[in-house]
Amino acid sequence: MSEKVIIIGSGPAGYTAALYAARASLEPLVLEGSMRGGQLMITTDVENYPGFPDGIMGPELIEQFRKQAERFGARLQTVDVTAVDFSQRPFKVSVGADDYEADSVIISTGANAKWLGVPGEENLTGRGVSACATCDGFFFRDREVIVVGGGDTAMEEALFLTKFASKVYVVHRRDEFRASKIMAQRVVDHEKVEILWNTALEEVLGDDTVTGAVLKDTTTDTLREMSIDGVFIAIGHKPTTELFENQLILSDTGYISLATRSTVTNIEGVFAAGDVADHIYRQAVTAAGTGCQAAIDAERWLADNE
Amino acid sequence: MSDNITTLTSETFQSTIDGEAPVLVDFWAEWCGPCKAVSPILEEIASENPSKISIAKLNIDDFPQPAADHGIMSIPTMVVYQNGVTIKKIVGARSKAAILDELSDILS
Repeated sequence: MSEKVIIIGSGPAGYTAALYAARASLEPLVLEGSMRGGQLMITTDVENYPGFPDGIMGPELIEQFRKQAERFGARLQTVDVTAVDFSQRPFKVSVGADDYEADSVIISTGANAKWLGVPGEENLTGRGVSACATCDGFFFRDREVIVVGGGDTAMEEALFLTKFASKVYVVHRRDEFRASKIMAQRVVDHEKVEILWNTALEEVLGDDTVTGAVLKDTTTDTLREMSIDGVFIAIGHKPTTELFENQLILSDTGYISLATRSTVTNIEGVFAAGDVADHIYRQAVTAAGTGCQAAIDAERWLADNE
Repeated sequence: MSDNITTLTSETFQSTIDGEAPVLVDFWAEWCGPCKAVSPILEEIASENPSKISIAKLNIDDFPQPAADHGIMSIPTMVVYQNGVTIKKIVGARSKAAILDELSDILS
């Protein structure tokens, strides 16, 4: 028997879709992914989710979302979807050798940290190169680190790292940050932070662990070496859409393309919510909002197609 | 906490990794979100393979020294030791399938 709705992925979008779908008696099956919770799991203080005037820890917020979805009967499974087939109905969703059928699907697989792809980055990951300050900042007590990036993520990482590191250099290609003003100002004002404007990371140096970095002045193309103990990459995220490459229309940058002001993909009955289809806002609260929209869109579509 | 996973301290760490049978040590901390994603996966692997591998965890906040001595610079890091020697190191959270894949030699 096919499920009325399968939700692929978790995080604010997936759990909110699960909550709304469950309350609409669609008995959603949520295939959360083994890295359930997504980017909020590596966010410490969430200060911009309404309803929490004193802020809340990312993992705690995720736990609350899960509980609320479960309370209304959403079935949560912490497994990775390995394949989908949207060319047949009901749709097929596979988890390894297990196949599920679904009348409708909501995709909320989110986004993953991007890497620069410069020499030294990959082989020194976990040995001084990181994309997660909240995970690894602890290991850089009284050390000097670089944060690469100019968006909100980079600002958050840099500020978090000031709790441990003796010095945080923010390396940014341009001469101004993309980040929100409040976050950028906190970084600029911080006594432990030095900003290296118009600078790009070209190479990470080190044998066993990171010992230095090669930086390029983007205005003159001059290279220079600096000693450093850690490199944190915070240059943004890419949507998790490999599963859907030959199934759905994606944008040039890999996001799921949606009909305007909706969660409707190019396949009827398949909806998408959260960062996987949003290259503009990418906030926990907008993800939750589109998760709600997706559940309502799915519910109406199922009712119209009974 | 599961009965299948041993909780290590600075005192028990060395004797545990010196054993003849392979032991996977999960370096983790309370504040690490990805560690929380890995933890239930390791519990499952421990309970499904009781005779093949033992699994232990070390809280690096409470016991930073063994982690520093073993060059841990990122968590979660899972290291499989046998006779005190590292035979496998997995850095970062992975899916259950990916961890089982990494451990396939040891579990076979």
